[in-house]
Amino acid sequence: MVAGLAVAIGLAMIAGPWASSEPDGLTKVAEDQGFASTEKEHALEDGPVAGYEVEGVGNEGMSKALSGLLGVGVTFIVGAGLFAVVRGRSRREAGGET
Amino acid sequence: MHIPDGFINGGVSLGAAAVAGGGLTIAVRKTREFLEERQVALAGLVAAFIFAVQMLNFPVAAGTSGHLIGGVLAAVLIGPWAGALCVSVVLMVQALFADGGLTALGLNIVNMALVTAVGGYAIFVVMRRFLPRTRSSVVLASGLAAGISVVMSAAAFVFEFAAGGTAPVSLQAVLGAMVGVHTLIGIGEGLITAATISLVLGVRPDLVHGAAHLPIGLADTPRGAVTAS
Repeated sequence: MVAGLAVAIGLAMIAGPWASSEPDGLTKVAEDQGFASTEKEHALEDGPVAGYEVEGVGNEGMSKALSGLLGVGVTFIVGAGLFAVVRGRSRREAGGET
Repeated sequence: MHIPDGFINGGVSLGAAAVAGGGLTIAVRKTREFLEERQVALAGLVAAFIFAVQMLNFPVAAGTSGHLIGGVLAAVLIGPWAGALCVSVVLMVQALFADGGLTALGLNIVNMALVTAVGGYAIFVVMRRFLPRTRSSVVLASGLAAGISVVMSAAAFVFEFAAGGTAPVSLQAVLGAMVGVHTLIGIGEGLITAATISLVLGVRPDLVHGAAHLPIGLADTPRGAVTAS
């Protein structure tokens, strides 16, 4: 379990320099087919971690690595927390609505 | 594959959010019913792993990249409904990073979590039925189903675009382009999924939900026999 989490964190932190920066499938199709311009600005575009870069960290590589670490950490905590809550309810036979 | 804000109009986005809400409600019920206690931490790990691997865009064709969706991967590891919840958590966290629109979250949950984890897993189960009961079959079926799930996800987008696209462009061209490029991305999805399932089957076969049908000793320890994870 710990090894798995370490692998995930490692992957997320090295992702920056290794990942292709070309547009992804949908973005590319939108550009080619002429509907890319219908995209509206994301409400969190100016957010502290928009675009997988942490605001205030000058070094781009460091910024991306940090956002990867943050994202994996938050996802693990939210995910495990959610599943623990969902599971926990069944033990009490709560049967209530979600 | 993440749909940004604006591509699909408000009405269809809202409709998709309702479908996503309904799907996730079923997912929570099914997960409550079937997820074993030892799978709780694993489910969190699967979500974290998918978040990480989704950051690794791989090049496909000229000037295009793709990344893992992970729906079938999650479904084969922890079951389709828990898998759909996993990918949904990933999508919600990604929206905070401005990856995937906030108004498009419902659309993205439908396409990337429900269609792949639940729909893709159904394909996995059908394929498994026609293959011998071995580990290799589980690996092969998960890889093929994962690849197909990406094309299904792309087709779901085109359906939503047909219903609520905000630009007057040729649907046929969009369909052709989406299916074409996502067939290539699907090959990557299939390879990553098969490799990961193969790896987990090698070290902890008891953690692979999609291999629970295999004879004991070949892939699985009796359910509940493993306490540590």
